[in-house]
Amino acid sequence: MSREDIQTGLAEILEEVAGVTPADATPEKSFTDDLDVDSLSMVEIATAVEDKFGVAIPDDELGNIKTVGDAISFIEKNQG
Amino acid sequence: MSTSATDVVVTGLGATTPLGADVPSTWDALLAGRSGVSRITDDWIKDFPAQLVARLVADPAEQIDRVRARRLDRSQQVAVIAAEEAWRESGAADAGVVPERIAVVFGTGIGGALTLLGQDDILEEKGPKRVSPFTIPMLMPNGPAAAVGLAIGAKGGVHAPVSACASGAEAIRWGLDLLRFDRADVVLVGGTEACVHPLPMAGFAAMRAMSTRNDEPERASRPFDKARDGFVLGEGAAALVLERADAAKARGARVHARLAGAGGTADGYDLVAPHPEGEGAARAISAALRDAGLTPSDIGHVNAHATSTPVGDTAEAAAIRSSLGEHVLVSATKSQTGHLLGAAGALESVFTVLALREQIVPATANLDDPDDNAAVQALDIVRHEPRRTSFSAAVNDSFGFGGHNIALVFTTA
Repeated sequence: MSREDIQTGLAEILEEVAGVTPADATPEKSFTDDLDVDSLSMVEIATAVEDKFGVAIPDDELGNIKTVGDAISFIEKNQG
Repeated sequence: MSTSATDVVVTGLGATTPLGADVPSTWDALLAGRSGVSRITDDWIKDFPAQLVARLVADPAEQIDRVRARRLDRSQQVAVIAAEEAWRESGAADAGVVPERIAVVFGTGIGGALTLLGQDDILEEKGPKRVSPFTIPMLMPNGPAAAVGLAIGAKGGVHAPVSACASGAEAIRWGLDLLRFDRADVVLVGGTEACVHPLPMAGFAAMRAMSTRNDEPERASRPFDKARDGFVLGEGAAALVLERADAAKARGARVHARLAGAGGTADGYDLVAPHPEGEGAARAISAALRDAGLTPSDIGHVNAHATSTPVGDTAEAAAIRSSLGEHVLVSATKSQTGHLLGAAGALESVFTVLALREQIVPATANLDDPDDNAAVQALDIVRHEPRRTSFSAAVNDSFGFGGHNIALVFTTA
């Protein structure tokens, strides 16, 4: 799956879980500082990512994912 | 009546109930004699002895932002809706009260039961990793108070009394104390409940506490009537804004009524059965009167707890008679709203305040044939039609499993 496709899928998750407008879900955006996504919502996002992309995000990796771009890269690198 | 520095008044009202999506529509429906009770038609109900419920008129999830709603248990959603109405109506937000001087006291009887049970289903079906990270904040019984505190920006303390069906009334009593002790300048108080689900329905039915008049939903909740056979579970929330009279006056707030006093006791008798003579309930009412500096002859109206259970209603009638006498006009509004458990005391206090303000006593629906009990026979229970009258003080009493008794005295503004 291309980075663009991953971004689109991730944007859908962010809209559903955290009410983020899809156009705002761009790679440079910080989840906490720009998109107002709190730590519990990040856990929900991780679960939704696993459902959508088949990529599990371990807890110790979740803390390193600060931006939408970080998440896209993680999914891209770990997709089957 | 003279005003002292510790006089407390009601400046805002809010509710979302089986009769209406806000206070005006709920009150109109109450006076019009409408019932909020219906029969559950879902498949799961068919083996249940008691199949009636008083559902909310308006789905709370459709009234608040979707993302916010999915993080709030239904009991928290309705709490926030009722609280925001009361807060808006009070105008306190525009009065320059600092957040550190705003407090919340919001009770619930059961807490986030729908979340607890719904997430347990997910746990069983899909495993622990699929359980929502919002499970705990959605099920904790202080969750509604916390959600309301966030909604109105209260930083002066957020409290959550839990005393079963007295929780909403207990919240009002705590709020009164907070203001009297000058621990806050404005307190938003209330109660909430939303637990229509097979398990609570089965649990209450197992106690033989619920009406099984399944074929006549609107006639099932019939407090004080000879043919009453239990309560009807309701859902909803109600809220009141309390502040000291001098501050309310200074900011030009609309004052609905005074909260003149409160009393609270424990039966010390049985975990769930009321004392047959309502001894603890009578002591709560007497304590509230003393607190308000009033005598029984001052009280014109009682909004009774009266859930429509065989033993509860007669015990309460005895308590009202022994503590207040036989002159008071009694209303049992659960005959139309059903029993909102932890929200009941708050909703019935809203009704009591409106009754005082409008000088009209709501009717008790379905009271066709009053119980033979001597106290029920002696009391002047308003039935069939609301009654216009002149009165300056009223009592709302609430009782909860566990032997909790709370009485509140309101007087005209």
